[in-house]
Amino acid sequence: MHELAVCQALMTQVEQVASREGAARVTAVMLQVGPLSGVEPRLLQDAWPIASAGSIAQGAALSVEAMPVRVRCLECGADSEARPNRLLCGECGGFRTRLLSGEELLLKRIELERDGQAA
Amino acid sequence: MCDTCGCNVTDGNRHPVEAGGRHATTESGREAVSVLQNLLTENDHEAAHNREHFDRHGVLAINLMSSPGSGKTALLEATIERLGREFRIGVIEGDLETENDAARIRDKGVPAVQITTGTACHLDAHMVHSALHGMALDEIDILFIENVGNLVCPASFDLGQHRNVTLLSVTESDDKPAKYPVMFRAADLMLVTKSDLLAVLDDFDPARAEHYLRQLASGAPTLTLSARSGDNLESWFDWLRHEAVAQEERVAKGETGRPSAQPEGAQLHAHAHP
Repeated sequence: MHELAVCQALMTQVEQVASREGAARVTAVMLQVGPLSGVEPRLLQDAWPIASAGSIAQGAALSVEAMPVRVRCLECGADSEARPNRLLCGECGGFRTRLLSGEELLLKRIELERDGQAA
Repeated sequence: MCDTCGCNVTDGNRHPVEAGGRHATTESGREAVSVLQNLLTENDHEAAHNREHFDRHGVLAINLMSSPGSGKTALLEATIERLGREFRIGVIEGDLETENDAARIRDKGVPAVQITTGTACHLDAHMVHSALHGMALDEIDILFIENVGNLVCPASFDLGQHRNVTLLSVTESDDKPAKYPVMFRAADLMLVTKSDLLAVLDDFDPARAEHYLRQLASGAPTLTLSARSGDNLESWFDWLRHEAVAQEERVAKGETGRPSAQPEGAQLHAHAHP
């Protein structure tokens, strides 16, 4: 269960961005997570209220965009969808592929309010 | 990865970045700030710092990962016995509790620092950095970091190592690479351990384990060996010798090495900021 550690790292970044932007409150946090990051989105959702309690982002909605696993074949050049445990080319079946998407673990966007803005 | 050079923009998320500016306004009138920063940025920075430390002292750092009880410490004991006079070896041990593994390593006459993580299921770059304060890096050629026995979490945290070695013992099942793809995809070398038990555990097929590894688009070499019987240990020692020379050559050229399955963004980052 390393998702709490990941969530705490997320909180640090949210606080940095909020402070840099002069935010009074963070209302939403959007992530991109691919299955090959090794992080389980549902467990992040569970850990989020604990990690954000008492912070500028308490009560903010956490949304996670699940990224697809996509590979590019180094043999035939085709791009195709793949499964996390089967990263073969969908066209020629070759195993020499490069991952295009699927290991993201990114803070994509946050929504915030500044002082004086309506809640 | 960092949030300044764009190295965290992948093919999967490029479109939304280019479509709008960094700031936009949502339908409810709130301000949306685009960030696109890796969640483990802080860990990755500390890992890069550790890697610089290793390179400055000419140390090859190897991260050993596996499930509990697959024979990481036994492999290290056998390695120290055979290579202890050829290389100056140091070990960082990660466990939830006890100094037992570090004591086993020290019994072989090699410096060992034990990290007890309490409840944490993995080592992170900060823990390794703290442990390095208790390790005279100038007196070490190869540093092994024995991660917490766990096939899930350790794969997500860069420690600053140059290579990942993942162990799979024949008492487990040969489809573990298919069950734990994130871990096995990270391996620069897969060791099938406890080969002396293959005679009685004949449902484990090392070729099938390698087949599942290849399905992860991994070209990593695999070795089947036994620390107990000594079977094929020489191949593992040869791999280490090769890696030690490769590290020497990198250091001489002012370059560094990182596990081959590091996220693409981290590799770009290494190029952008050598």
